[in-house]
Amino acid sequence: MQRVRRVAIATVAAVIVSMGAYAVTDGSGDPSAVKSDDGKWMDKNDVPTFKVEPDGTVDWYSYVGFTRYSSECLRCHGPDGMGSTYAPALMESMKRLSYTDFYAVVAGGKQDVSASQGLVMPANGENKNVMCFIDAMYVYLRARADDAIGRGRPQKHAPKPEAFTKAEDECMG
Amino acid sequence: MRRASAGFWLTAGTLLSSQLAIATATAQSGDLLKMQANAADVVMPTMTYDNQRYSTLDQITAQNVGKLQVAWTFSTGVLRGHEGAPLVIGNVMYVHAPFPNTVFALDLDHDGKILWKYEPKQDPNVIPVMCCDTVNRGLAYADGKLFLHQADTTLAAIDAKTGKVVWSVKTGDPGKGETGTGAPMIVKDKVYVGVSGGEFGVRGWVTAYSVADGKQIWRAWSEGTDSDLLVDPQKTTELGKPIGADSSLKTWQGDQWKIGGGATWGWYSYDPALNLIYYGSGNPSTWNPKQRPGDNKWSMTIFARDADTGMAKWVYQMTPHDQWDYDGVNEMILADQQINGQTVPTLVHFDRNGLGYTLNRATGELLVAAKYDPAVNWTTGVDMNKGSPNYGRPNVVGKYAPGVAGEDVNSQGICPAALGSKDEQPAAYSPDTKLFYVPTNHVCMDYEPFRVSYTAGQPYVGATLSMYPPSGETNMGNFIAWDATTGKIVWSDPEQFSVWSGALATKGGVVFYGTLEGYLKAVDAKTGKELYKFKTPSGIIGNVVTYEHGGKQYVAVLSGVGGWAGIGLAAGLTDPHDGLGAVGGYAALNNYTALGGTLTVFSLPSN
Repeated sequence: MQRVRRVAIATVAAVIVSMGAYAVTDGSGDPSAVKSDDGKWMDKNDVPTFKVEPDGTVDWYSYVGFTRYSSECLRCHGPDGMGSTYAPALMESMKRLSYTDFYAVVAGGKQDVSASQGLVMPANGENKNVMCFIDAMYVYLRARADDAIGRGRPQKHAPKPEAFTKAEDECMG
Repeated sequence: MRRASAGFWLTAGTLLSSQLAIATATAQSGDLLKMQANAADVVMPTMTYDNQRYSTLDQITAQNVGKLQVAWTFSTGVLRGHEGAPLVIGNVMYVHAPFPNTVFALDLDHDGKILWKYEPKQDPNVIPVMCCDTVNRGLAYADGKLFLHQADTTLAAIDAKTGKVVWSVKTGDPGKGETGTGAPMIVKDKVYVGVSGGEFGVRGWVTAYSVADGKQIWRAWSEGTDSDLLVDPQKTTELGKPIGADSSLKTWQGDQWKIGGGATWGWYSYDPALNLIYYGSGNPSTWNPKQRPGDNKWSMTIFARDADTGMAKWVYQMTPHDQWDYDGVNEMILADQQINGQTVPTLVHFDRNGLGYTLNRATGELLVAAKYDPAVNWTTGVDMNKGSPNYGRPNVVGKYAPGVAGEDVNSQGICPAALGSKDEQPAAYSPDTKLFYVPTNHVCMDYEPFRVSYTAGQPYVGATLSMYPPSGETNMGNFIAWDATTGKIVWSDPEQFSVWSGALATKGGVVFYGTLEGYLKAVDAKTGKELYKFKTPSGIIGNVVTYEHGGKQYVAVLSGVGGWAGIGLAAGLTDPHDGLGAVGGYAALNNYTALGGTLTVFSLPSN
């Protein structure tokens, strides 16, 4: 039973992905990838986006986004952008937030403090572990918001582009 | 005898309150030794110095606990995770809350009427430097004062009568990620506090302050030079041998020890006969083991220190060169037990790493080290051969050691997960059954370390992990009874979620604990059979306590889901190796409970 259902879901998912059309749009509009600069995909408005192949292989940046999200953001926002008792579900927030909104909150932080709870997002502008990978985190969460990447670690990913290694070394120092 | 004298103090009431205050203020806190033995009160967060969480109150029994009912409730007005438990001293209950660290004094003679409320003003910028929720594990009491280690590392001494601050002192720097979450402990004229921030590269310490005025008396670091550690290279021992000079510095590369973790936010215990205090240190920092070659001493270590001088008598590092975030901070339970026909002063510790340790607490000799969850797979066990060069060290299974696989490699199927087979939620011990009652997590993980850079006050983690129940199982927790003389599980009650509440054992033959869905449960101490359950307003990560007021036994617990449990389990877990990720394959906590801090007090019906 379980197995049959999974195969069915896989087939449906593959069909949707292969059609290359996402019914939903997120805070930055249509996430469809239109061009790549050495493995880094952009949508038609030059906003970073994800690219998921028909066999489920995700682009390198989405994959790194998963690992860095899990290292830097999970502790408050829960696994897979799903939210926690402590902080909101970013896969929901990304349905509203544009790339620039996202960038501003991550770099500058945010405070919503009341008597019953203090919701405080730290400013990460000086945090290399976040800022060196902010585009990767963005495309991963954008993919989560658009249901293009499921829960957990993406099982297959594109190879690491040279441009990524170079940028990482320069940024991390 | 003790009960009679406690009764006197209780009935002294308001008429004598001024004389009482004077008497209390002038008494030495040696009184705490007597007060903690009075089962009517809960005078310290661990209930007693030995951390047994056992009460001699016996009105509530295995026979009548099924009739338990809610006597009264109280909302803290705070939504964050509520750890710890209230104190009860005479006719007043003191309830603490997470950030903003509110404290209420409640009048037990008038259905919990509020006598006073304390709410410190703290910079909210401390919130994001608190790993895993803004919890606080409670208050300590001595000499008419309550002691609170606030989120921003202010240690406040508060007049128990008025709620006014008598003195306060800053113990750390939140700008470097140092925060206060642990409950203080008081012995004689000193109040001890530890620090949180293992995920921010803090360097852990325990500090003793004067109960009278907050003056710092000593600080013992988890890493550093011998003088910083408060060790004597010849007299301080590990497993019976002197630790030697520079025992910490030799086990780190370069200056990494200065941001080396070893936080100290767990529960502390005290043995008055040996005059030793006991506590554990947390994970070395970062979570990426490649960035810190060596044993990383003295992270992941049990410390036995002289209560007066802070000098370490013995140490034992449980997890050298941690690769899993198995903090060693869990409580040290002191119990005298029969081993091979002899009464041994033991210390029993259920570590995050999944091993239950029994040591001789006078000497630090290792007696038992055994898995208290059969799922534990990162080690095959501890080398117990005294002649072996690896004596006392865990045998690590390379396949489940992320440091062996290296950076950017995802090590899969490691049990337990980083939250450990047990986290801070304290176990209980009953001298009647001679069993330990342990709330456990039954969760495994994938762990991928990678390079991170350090910036003061920013998270310093360096690993990605995903968590899921052990293969083929769906229960994420167990509540177990454990024989610490043999290292064997006696019974095990499966729970849908990790059990993240402190246990309570009673002379009535009943053991209590809370669940993440919000149930307060009572089980038979001998068999584990469930005798009673009641669903409180939110998930329970607080510790169950019992006290007596007006001749009647009460059971109290704070509910209010949160903490690491609320972060990791809110959305439910998935097994990344299970097909498409099996969304919803395991229960999501947020389908069962929502936020909100409430105290629920239970008692038997009057007739």
